[in-house]
Amino acid sequence: MPAISFVNVAKTYSSARGDVRALDDVSFDIDEGEFFGLLGPNGAGKTTLISILAGLARASAGRVAVLGHDVAADYAAARRRIGVVPQELVFDPFFSVREALRIQSGYFGVHDNDAWIDELLANLGLADKADANMRQLSGGMKRRVLVAQALVHRPPVIVLDEPTAGVDVELRQTLWQFVARLNKEGHTVLLTTHYLEEAEALCGRIAMLKQGRVVALDRTSALLAGTASTMLRFKLDKPLPPALRPNARVTGRIVQITAHDAREVESILAVLHAAGCDPEDLEIGRADLEDVFIEIMRGESPPRVAA
Amino acid sequence: MSSPVLVAAPKVKAETGVLAGTRTLLYKEVLRFWKVSFQTVAAPVLTAVLYLLIFGHVLEGRITVFGSVGYTSFLIPGLVMMSVLQNAFANSSSSLIQSKITGNLVFLLVSPLSHWAWFLAYVGASIVRGVAVGLGVLAVTIWFAPLHVANPLWILFFTVAGAAMMGALGLIAGLWAEKFDQIAAFQNFIIMPMTFLSGVFYSVQSLPPVWREVSHLNPFFYMIDGFRHGFFGTSDVSPWISLGVVAASLAVVCAICLHLLRIGYKIRH
Repeated sequence: MPAISFVNVAKTYSSARGDVRALDDVSFDIDEGEFFGLLGPNGAGKTTLISILAGLARASAGRVAVLGHDVAADYAAARRRIGVVPQELVFDPFFSVREALRIQSGYFGVHDNDAWIDELLANLGLADKADANMRQLSGGMKRRVLVAQALVHRPPVIVLDEPTAGVDVELRQTLWQFVARLNKEGHTVLLTTHYLEEAEALCGRIAMLKQGRVVALDRTSALLAGTASTMLRFKLDKPLPPALRPNARVTGRIVQITAHDAREVESILAVLHAAGCDPEDLEIGRADLEDVFIEIMRGESPPRVAA
Repeated sequence: MSSPVLVAAPKVKAETGVLAGTRTLLYKEVLRFWKVSFQTVAAPVLTAVLYLLIFGHVLEGRITVFGSVGYTSFLIPGLVMMSVLQNAFANSSSSLIQSKITGNLVFLLVSPLSHWAWFLAYVGASIVRGVAVGLGVLAVTIWFAPLHVANPLWILFFTVAGAAMMGALGLIAGLWAEKFDQIAAFQNFIIMPMTFLSGVFYSVQSLPPVWREVSHLNPFFYMIDGFRHGFFGTSDVSPWISLGVVAASLAVVCAICLHLLRIGYKIRH
């Protein structure tokens, strides 16, 4: 039985400017024990899909199930099996960390859960904040509490919606260590993130959404191998010659250009030379997930959905 | 993060069923207002006492009601019930709108709590807050005029039914509203006029016939009148009629409220 299954999921919002189709016929399964990444640009439908999974929104069509329990018809069973870390940094200002966790546990019908709550607090570096009011915590600490709240009822499936947005490096590291360990212990993890290096490092399989549709779904390694392209990276002080712009990714002084073989590398260098550009720190490397992502989102490659 | 000691998750013992988690949500809702009880209990008690001092001072000796009841004695149960109703409404409506606006409603939305659990917990907390404020008002005002209890069962019924109805109404307002202004509008343009025109400060028998008839269309009138009957053993209309009107209004409001919760009106998109 898949941990999560999406079958022909569609979602249409009515807005002042007419109907907006946020999701269009999305179907895929996530197996038990997987570490699965859901990627896509802003507005692609990632959060909508997760909202339907978590019960925050309803699908216009299709079916979503958690370990076989339909999220609409059998919502209580589905929600008991899933823990969601929301994207927004929300908290209830009336309570301390421990109170918030006890209350969240109680909503799931799990009472007398202090042993597990202590363990979560210790593992998330919150032990000394247990009695602090939520308002007194820093943003990073609040984020940790959100993770603890999602895990307080020991769900077998964990969903993290952009958990590292605006989070410092240390917390990102510790959060990933913790989540990776939960995954090793058998939890299924579904992650959305904007940090593609995180997805590349952590996720065994990845789905990419674009305008509400799945445009790529495969093992991370297969997605990376599929491009088979090389990247030419260098730093440049002058503007990039117009001929090279369409295939280039420019971040400040850093330029990355796809080059499929040595001849292409040579011709790129020739164009730079002709334009009087003097590239610094030139290197040739393999394409990473970000390159694959950009290529797919530009629609240069046909949809890549592994059977 | 400290050394990993996560036990391989043993099976969790969880309460299930349609009411699972209700007591936790009720506890949370009560704790929420209790933590700021200066504002949620003490302040409305002070307001009621000010009404009593001003109206009682001006009107005591000029008006007697139901034959021999002095004005201040008449006013006290009205103020108690008015405080119960307004605070029951304020509790569920403000809690819900705050959670919606700050976004922490998500903690409830991702939980398996049923619409019955939401309903019972929010309405239950509204009753607790209403009763707490009502007892506070009574404890302070009882020293100003003689008051005896003719029938405590009427008092109990109208307190609980009135507070429940206002708690459910507050829940509906909280679901519907998208900002604090809308709750304030609901409170200022519907709840306040209906409570003020329900006979808190006067007996409707003293009104011109037209306004007496209009008052009889206001369900709040029956809550106040029935509640007063519990103290004086006499009232503008029979307490059985009040019981019927209040029970029917309560049933309608609860049915609407439960329906909106079940479909996730404005909270599950």
